Amino acid sequence: MAFANPLITAYAVEATEFPDLARRYHVSGVPKTVVNETIEILGGLPQDLFVEQALQPPA
Amino acid sequence: MPLLSPADQDKLRAAFDEMTSPVRVLFFTQALDCDTCVQARQILDELPPLSGKITIEEVNFILDKEKAAQYGIDRVPALALVGEKSDSRIRFLGAPSGYEFISLVQAVLLVGGRGTSLTPENLARVASVDKPMTMKVFTTPT
Repeated sequence: MAFANPLITAYAVEATEFPDLARRYHVSGVPKTVVNETIEILGGLPQDLFVEQALQPPA
Repeated sequence: MPLLSPADQDKLRAAFDEMTSPVRVLFFTQALDCDTCVQARQILDELPPLSGKITIEEVNFILDKEKAAQYGIDRVPALALVGEKSDSRIRFLGAPSGYEFISLVQAVLLVGGRGTSLTPENLARVASVDKPMTMKVFTTPT
């Protein structure tokens, strides 16, 4: 997604190496994706569903 | 002693042969207080021998704060993947071991010319994002 849009930056974070980040974002299982600090996506989803959840308007 | 078996090296070499453009991996590191920086460097050193299109550029995280800020890096070890024409804005935080290594290879191939795996519909949706967006994907090596 970052590759497809210059406004998007993507970080792959190794959770065990950075427990502070894992705590801050309440990572209890992987993969877990956090979008704009607010949207949380748990697990690996099919592409359509993942894109839909990642792009949902902020609550 | 290479970390990859000869068979894995052959597989990767074949995959990287499909690359059509060079990829620079900026490797942000520091000498002290970084348990996994050495490991990260060892893993990264496996890549350039497998493809003339992959280069590793080490950036001193302590001395080159400006570059770290430019690439949005606030901890080490970290990687920023830069394509021929532009920064991919794909980052890795932590040593790319285990499954993360596979993700790194996929990202290098993506930036190196394989292109997106998004469907045309999803590509259009992603392209329509008009505000800065940051995604953090948490993973573990196993």
